[in-house]
Amino acid sequence: MSKPYYDAADLRKFGKITEWSEELGTKFFDYYGKVFEEGALTAREKSLIALAVAHTEQCPYCIDAYTKDTLQRGITKEQMMEAIHVGAAIKSGATLVHGVQMMNKVNKLDG
Amino acid sequence: MATKSLKKLGNNLAQSNKQLEILSNGIFKSGELPTFKNKISETSQSPIKAKKLEILQINVGYMCNQVCDHCHVDAGPDRKEIMTRDTMRQCLEVIKNSGAHTLDLTGGAPEMNPDFRWFVEEAAKVGIKDFIVRSNLTIIRANKKYYDLPEFFKKHNVHVVSSMPHWTRGKTDKQRGDGVFDKSIKALQELNAVGYGMPGSDLRLDLVYNPSGAFLPGDQVAMEKDFKKALMDDFGIEFHNLFAITNLPIARFLDYLIASENYEDYMYSLVEAYNPAAVENVMCTNTLSISWDGYLFDCDFNQMLELPVNSKSRHISEFNEELLEGRNIVISQHCYGCTAGAGSSCQGVVA
Repeated sequence: MSKPYYDAADLRKFGKITEWSEELGTKFFDYYGKVFEEGALTAREKSLIALAVAHTEQCPYCIDAYTKDTLQRGITKEQMMEAIHVGAAIKSGATLVHGVQMMNKVNKLDG
Repeated sequence: MATKSLKKLGNNLAQSNKQLEILSNGIFKSGELPTFKNKISETSQSPIKAKKLEILQINVGYMCNQVCDHCHVDAGPDRKEIMTRDTMRQCLEVIKNSGAHTLDLTGGAPEMNPDFRWFVEEAAKVGIKDFIVRSNLTIIRANKKYYDLPEFFKKHNVHVVSSMPHWTRGKTDKQRGDGVFDKSIKALQELNAVGYGMPGSDLRLDLVYNPSGAFLPGDQVAMEKDFKKALMDDFGIEFHNLFAITNLPIARFLDYLIASENYEDYMYSLVEAYNPAAVENVMCTNTLSISWDGYLFDCDFNQMLELPVNSKSRHISEFNEELLEGRNIVISQHCYGCTAGAGSSCQGVVA
């Protein structure tokens, strides 16, 4: 039987990355924790940003983690889906805005 | 949406010993996760001991007009366990003579007990500092005979604590049944109309939030802010405080966790969020739960699991405050629900 590359249970083991590089791992988790604290943005806003980015990064662990996190904050499924659309819009916009580069090149080569 | 209790359906999980078996086997038996006893031992907090009694929580019966998905009581219209007036009289004696400053009536829907009003009238005379009734709100709109409940509560200066899982209709009705949201909103407006929950009002109206699925509650202060804004903007409703309560893995919530294959992940979430500071203030250290038939328990959850107090004083008829103080609290893995994150109690967070 083939084994999948991703295992949902691996998310629980994330903290173990410090075992093979304690200083860097610890610094990362300290930073990570600090980023998500209430600041100029609310923890709720940060959670929605994280959910959108989790999708644009297509990280299954992050999607699991921030779907749960947003649910815990009382965020509705309509709000979650809209957040993902923001990510998707930027992704598609980033693709399409390069269309201008293509147009420039066409105009130069075949004007 | 369920319409019958697990007990009525003959579900295995209606039996407390089956629930305790599940909570003791599997990931806890294999050592994958530490038992609650081992976990509190790590921080030298075992055994948990009862301190001075402050809160008497009386469950006047398991009958309810709703059949909520996650009910830890497995309450519903088909439950017939109802406290009699004789047992209420014994409770009144204890209320008069105990040092408890808070009386907390729960159920089921406590208002459905035929002697509920008599009991409230008698208990209010004792002059206890904080007299709570846990009302599911919809009962106020369920039948004409309950329409005057807001006035009745006001007359006896009852502190109303009500469940409200979300400020949106969809999430509320999914958990508590179709139409529950609209009825709850109407009931809250009626409570506001007689003065409950208004800024500066002595008529206390607090709401209870518990998650609608297999996840933990968010920050209580942030949730309260969101609830207040949404209920005011959408319906002009005021209330005082929001209590965020964690769902404990027993009864219908346990059944849901298993059926949806969320049980192990949920237990991991609880254990990972374990907070020793919450253990210091768990409600069983200052609360005593009394069942419809007069037996004593460390909390309403232990009552449902039929885990009696570890004391010679086990029934309201032989209530002995001195004997009960300092007793060892009876624990199992469901206790992780009260020690996760900021902790959880019938009064909300504890840490």
